Parts: sequence; structure tokens; C-alpha cells
Amino acid sequence: MEQLSFLAQVRPVWSVSQLSGYLRSLIEAQPSLQDVWVQGEISNFSRPKSGHWYFTLKDRNAQLPCVMWRSTAELQSRLPQDGEALEVHGGLSVYEAGGRYQLYVDQIRVGGGEGALYQQFMELKTHLEAEGLFAPERKRLTPAWPRRLGLVTSPSGAAMHDITQTLARRFPLVEVILAPAKVQGNGASIQIEAAIRRLNHYAKVDVILLARGGGSLEDLAAFNSERLARTIAASQAPVICGVGHETDFTIADFAADLRAPTPTAAAELATPSVADLAAALQTLTRQLARHSPAAMVLRERQRLDEFGLRVSRALRQNIQLQRAGLAGIQARLVALNPAAVLERGYAVVSTQQGETVRRRGQVEPGEKLKVRVSDGQFGVRVEAKD
Amino acid sequence: MAKEKAIEALSYEQAYKEMEEIVSELEGDISNLDQAIKLFERGQALARHCADLLEKAELKVRELTEDGDLKDFEAEE
Repeated sequence: MEQLSFLAQVRPVWSVSQLSGYLRSLIEAQPSLQDVWVQGEISNFSRPKSGHWYFTLKDRNAQLPCVMWRSTAELQSRLPQDGEALEVHGGLSVYEAGGRYQLYVDQIRVGGGEGALYQQFMELKTHLEAEGLFAPERKRLTPAWPRRLGLVTSPSGAAMHDITQTLARRFPLVEVILAPAKVQGNGASIQIEAAIRRLNHYAKVDVILLARGGGSLEDLAAFNSERLARTIAASQAPVICGVGHETDFTIADFAADLRAPTPTAAAELATPSVADLAAALQTLTRQLARHSPAAMVLRERQRLDEFGLRVSRALRQNIQLQRAGLAGIQARLVALNPAAVLERGYAVVSTQQGETVRRRGQVEPGEKLKVRVSDGQFGVRVEAKD
Repeated sequence: MAKEKAIEALSYEQAYKEMEEIVSELEGDISNLDQAIKLFERGQALARHCADLLEKAELKVRELTEDGDLKDFEAEE
């Protein structure tokens, strides 16, 4: 009994190949699985020497291994790129050796949505690039100090807010002329073109900022139009494009004279900062101050002072010389003063008539004479003449 | 100087540039003191004008309508 019940519980054991083959037959017997379109993003694309294509189709949550045999692959006009969104057609089956199900692809087409947009974008970019529309020599310099700045964006968008905030903080001297435009959806591209033309035509702006916040490739479609690219290239005022988006450039970015990663950065690139201006002004004002009348007077006075010093120094020297000379003369004068001779004990004898007696023949015995000594005079009589 | 415009009418950029010219002229050889003083005084007025502009500047936003008219822009917030 026990043995019997054991036998009754026995299940057939599959080999791996049997199970895989069974699964494969189940899947291949489902008509709905043999004629499917699947959309997803290409990854891990490889094309070994065999000529077959292997790739994975994936979306956010799942992936599907795909094969395209050489016979079909050879007929394709272009190679799929990793990251490209495509729609593929084929039949599902099990690859027993690899233990996985996979899609045997017989048709590939560009998907709707991002994939198609991306392809259009690349084609347009290549086309305009070849035409020279993006050439570096076409790029114009944006003015260092714009007086009037044209702004093309949506008045209610975040870009508008970011730009006016940045300009108010950085360079409020600039006058902003807003030409409102839809930056997304139907007709956005045409509104943007019209706004650029209007700014050039009416507003005499020095530079134009074209801006919008970030978005998907689809959101940015308005910035990927050929006509817009040509309008930007034809704009009289240089155009700075600040479209905030993480991944790729837009066609407008390539056509613009300057590309900024965000609207805020565009506003910064377009203007000098008030702080820099104030610093420059201060330096220049200091330079000017060195030439103020007060400074000039001071400098003149200094020169005068120096001159005065030289004159007075010269004068002083002169006076000293003069003094020395004078002292010498005085000494000589002193020496010559007759009174000084009398001081030394000499006397001057004169007749009553006041004649200085120099020889004995001038006097007679008994004659009265005058004798002058240092402190006065007195009378004497000649006694004899021997 | 031929281009003596009313200073109030000058943009910041214009005023700044003229000031630069004046400074370099003053740094050169000026024999005429009167002329130098005149230049200096204009330079000073320009400096005041520039500083004024920087200080008082307030961002002005106007909207260009489809007809090409300019009107004050009011942010819808």
C-alpha cells in the first residue's frame, strides 16, 4: 500500500530540452504572438561578422531580446542606434540554447513620439550644418553693455521670472523689451519667429534672449524648427539662446550666436554685473581724482615750496658771505681809526691854527700848541727847538 | 571737446567711455591749466552720473505688442 501510494505521487520529470521545446511550441502556436508590433528603445545593438543583428528592446520596466537575421538586416536602409525609439515587427519564440524567449524581427520602423522627433532633429541638424548655418564665423559678438535687451519667452513661464530676477540683480541698467511668445505646443515656433522679427523691426534691441525652461525633446519641438533657425540666423541683433534642458542642444541653440545652458545663464552671458561696473567706476574715479584742481594746486605748491627753499638757501649762503666780508672790512676800519692809535699812547700835536705838526720847522720856541690824546686835549708851549 | 552733450542724457556706457577719455587726456601733457580744470570738472560730473545710474537703476520691462507698440509690462503673478 505504501509503495503504491508512493508510485501514485510520482510525476514525470522533464529534461530541460523537453521543457524548452514544449514552451517554444506553445508560443509558436499562438498566432497573436507571431505577428506583433512592439515599441521600445534600442540598446546593446550588435552586428557580429555573421551579419545578423542582435539588440534589446526595452522600456522602463522590461526588456526583450531581439534578433534580425542577415537576410532581412541586409535590406535595412540604416542601422538602428542605441537609445533610438523604434517599433519592430516579428514573431516571438524561445531560444532554447540561451534559455530565453526572443523576438525574431522582420521589420523596423521609426516609432512615433521621441524616436521620430529625434530622427527629424538629427536630419535637420545635419542639413543645416552642411549649409553652414551653424558655422562659427557666422556667430556675432554680443555687446558687453547692452542698452536694450529683447526677450522672447512666455510671460508666465519660469524662464521669464529667472531672467528678470537675474537682470534686476546683475544689470538693472538694461531696458528689457519683452516680445511674448508661446514656447510650447501648436504654433509656438511661428510665434517665436514673429517675436524675433518684431524685436528687430520695432525695438532696436542690442541683443535678443530666447529662453524657456527645460523639457523633453517633444516639449522643445518649437525650438527645433528649420524656419526658426533661419529667423535666428537672419536676426539683426545677435541672439542668445537659453533653453534649459538636460540632454541635447536644440536647433535654435546651434543657430544662435551664443548658447547658454539655462535662462539664468543666458541673462548672465548677456550682461555685465553691477558689482564689476561699480569696481571699474571706482578705479576710474580715483584716477580722475589724481587730476583734481586741489591735487594740481598741491602739486604746484610743492613745486613752489621747493623753489622757495632753494632761493632761501641761496640767500642764506649769500648773507653769510656778506657778513664775513663785512666783518673783515669792519676790522680793517677799526684798525684804521685814529682814535685807536691814540688809545695805544700816541698823541697828535697841532698848531693853534689846527695844523697837524709833522716837522720841527713848523713850530717856534714859545709857541703854544695843542696836544690831542685819546680822551681829550691840552695846551703846551714849545720851550726850545734843539 | 566737440561732443559735449548734456550729461544727464548719457547712458552709463557713454558716460563711462567719456570719463576714460578724460582721464587719459589728463594723464597726458596738458599745458593749459584752465583746460585741465574744465576736463576734470566734467569728469567728476560724469563719475557722479555713472554712480547715480548704478545706484538708482531699477529694471524696466516693457512689452512689445504685435502692432509694434511698447507698453509697460506687468508680471502676472
